[in-house]
Amino acid sequence: MAHEATHDHHDHHHAPQGFFQRWVMSTNHKDIGTLYLIFSLTMFFVGGSFAMVIRAELFKPGLQLVQPAFFNEMTTMHALVMIFGAIMPAFVGLGNWMIPLMIGAPDMALPRMNNLSFWILPFAFTLLLSTLFLPGGGPAGGWTMYPPLSLQSDSLAYVVFAIHLMGISSIMGAINIIATILNMRAPGMDLLKMPVFVWSWLITAFLLIAVMPVLAGAVTMLLTDKYFGTSFFNPHGGGDPVLYQHVFWFFGHPEVYIMILPAFGIISEIVPTFARKPIFGYKAMVYAIASIAFLSFIVWAHHMFAVGLPLGADIFFMYATMLIAVPTGVKVFNWVATMWGGSMTFETPMLFAIAFIILFTIGGFSGLMLALVPADFQYHDTYFVVAHFHYVLVTGAAFAIMAATYYWLPKWTGHMYSEFWGKVHFWCSVVFVNVLFFPQHFLGLAGMPRRIPDYNVAFANFNMISSIGGFLFGASQLIFLGVIVHCVFFSKKKAADRVWESAKGLEWTVPSPAPHHTFEVPPVVHDEELAHGHVND
Amino acid sequence: MAIVLALGAGIAQADPHPWQLNLTRGVTTWSGEPYFLNNVAFGVCVVIGVLVFGAMFIAMFRFRKSRGAVPEKWSHNTTVEIVWTTIPVIILMVLAYLATRGLVSFANTTGAQMTVKVTGYQWKWRYDYVDYQGKPISKVGFMSKLDALSDKTRQLGSGLDPYAVKTGNENTYLLNVDKPLVLPIHTKVRFVITSDDVIHSWFVPAFGWKMDAIPGIVNTAWTNINVPGTYRGQCAELCGQDHGFMPIVVKAVSRADFAKWLAKQEQASAPAPAAPPAAASSAAAPVAVASVQGGNG
Repeated sequence: MAHEATHDHHDHHHAPQGFFQRWVMSTNHKDIGTLYLIFSLTMFFVGGSFAMVIRAELFKPGLQLVQPAFFNEMTTMHALVMIFGAIMPAFVGLGNWMIPLMIGAPDMALPRMNNLSFWILPFAFTLLLSTLFLPGGGPAGGWTMYPPLSLQSDSLAYVVFAIHLMGISSIMGAINIIATILNMRAPGMDLLKMPVFVWSWLITAFLLIAVMPVLAGAVTMLLTDKYFGTSFFNPHGGGDPVLYQHVFWFFGHPEVYIMILPAFGIISEIVPTFARKPIFGYKAMVYAIASIAFLSFIVWAHHMFAVGLPLGADIFFMYATMLIAVPTGVKVFNWVATMWGGSMTFETPMLFAIAFIILFTIGGFSGLMLALVPADFQYHDTYFVVAHFHYVLVTGAAFAIMAATYYWLPKWTGHMYSEFWGKVHFWCSVVFVNVLFFPQHFLGLAGMPRRIPDYNVAFANFNMISSIGGFLFGASQLIFLGVIVHCVFFSKKKAADRVWESAKGLEWTVPSPAPHHTFEVPPVVHDEELAHGHVND
Repeated sequence: MAIVLALGAGIAQADPHPWQLNLTRGVTTWSGEPYFLNNVAFGVCVVIGVLVFGAMFIAMFRFRKSRGAVPEKWSHNTTVEIVWTTIPVIILMVLAYLATRGLVSFANTTGAQMTVKVTGYQWKWRYDYVDYQGKPISKVGFMSKLDALSDKTRQLGSGLDPYAVKTGNENTYLLNVDKPLVLPIHTKVRFVITSDDVIHSWFVPAFGWKMDAIPGIVNTAWTNINVPGTYRGQCAELCGQDHGFMPIVVKAVSRADFAKWLAKQEQASAPAPAAPPAAASSAAAPVAVASVQGGNG
């Protein structure tokens, strides 16, 4: 009996054996984190395949492959899937895996809710993607769903319901992260000793709770306008189409930062590790994230400079937007200062982090240019904007997620990934992503509008270059998939507990792979173990 | 090589042209503002980029473990942090000043000598001439939609070559219409822009701006064209399946030519007269032309 009891107790430390029990009924932050990451990788390829359709149609002038209506479905779905299906769940997955490990907590604060918030997502995306196979087709009015155009779509109800589900999932995830960070830190893990990644997620979670209900409200009004005869956005009934844009972008701009702040956190973990030097200006980094988050609430109308805002509004939103350059600049300068005087090596996570800093900054530059209203009258809704937000979302958010994957994959799996193939993936990605998106700046400056399936021959050269870059960038991501599959299932090379020579933080004190349960007894936090333990600045 | 050539030839070519790398300078009294601001902001970004990325590359080169670099311990420097917070603020203030100047001049739609109403439809534009030189114009208005050749060529699997769609020497595939908007040069033209269905956006790069056409709302904008010519643009707000196929063409002509053109339009749209007033109406038209030209003089 005694033996059995011990055995039971022992079992408790391991994952449940049944597949269904382990993955569908899981309340374990690591398993749910893994589910989020797998889901996000799947959606990355689904959204990527839509992008391939877009770039194939834009390969040369004239329509060769798809009808314009379907092209619009592709642009709309590409954005919705990438934003809500790939980038956001990837960050939630990383947060799920790493936050408890980084703050010395045994699990997330609300494990059952954690399970629910993940398992809503596959249903939401099944609903969203199913519209492509229904009569009337998928949503084709852009991911921003501006009325009155979005009200012409037959699939509006499906999309709205899918967005409601995604919103519920995000809000639950955010509540969970806040509850975990505020309540479950190990003794000695003061707020200002937390890793920057944890800080970035804490702030991001507040943004999510603040703005996801706003999006839900906006799309619900679309729904009632279409099906219940209301006139929120219908001028014939006294409504105002521009009201929707204000409400949408009040969500939409913080949403943009929801997709980049955790990336800042990731880069702030990786750069000090591979520079073997503590992060420069820890407190400034934290305050910069907080100021960017605050500013994100007062800049929304910079997406709407062409709707005919009053002069005063144009000026206010221009100045507020330009201000964001200051804390963002501080972050970039601090990363560079972290490298200065360090002792650098260039493993794959560091390569992606460096590419992030350079290419995200280029996206920031075009963002600054877009903030200048008279210039924005030219840039708005052209390919210049497309280039801008792909620099911040692909070489920004997605590169940070890839960096994080390489950085923590050995901790998750207990095996080293193939450094050679990781570097091949990096170099292919970084070259082709620029071939893909850099020429789009020129197209935009020359006046090519966004979201068009066909164009004048003057735009042909750069579009063809961009498409070639697109196909090769897409193909490069198959290498990423290969590296991950190899690392998880086939790699023979065991990872050390402290995977990287100079890595600091509690996550490196647990074995690799991280056992099913960690920190059941709160760890004793030694300041010198932490990346930012002795920071007084 | 091709890029260098294109850059050199850029001034002579109509925009957009192949390998175009920068905004057009535009042809109006205001269109230089976004162009100037774009160039200044780009220059600022290049300088900051060279400094930041330069420092980064030096760091990556000098402070490599493989070169035996030993990591330093410092993680803070208040002076440096104050400097790199203050300098960007100063740069931003300069940019904000320049941008505000351009914005204020754009917002001033007063003193216009002409008003044109632009209405967006799925998927064509309507232009109505409201007044000119202080006189109301009645019944001069028309729809403007994609030209027939582009429309035939752009059909999926049409087998027609987009490169063969030409107006003179210029390729006008998807950038040509059946009936262009005709405007006089050296005249401050006020646009009132709206839509009849979904949101569109009226965008002619050579004018330096775009303005959304929104149902239930009337937006205003203005232009004052310096150079006669044909200027092409496109709808810039997603408006449904044929969003990419509702171009804008503006033909800018001298004021004398415009007066003639306008008189012809007014005549054409005048109500079909009963038997005797045929002479009267044809007599009235020259008077109108004369008075318009008198106003110009």
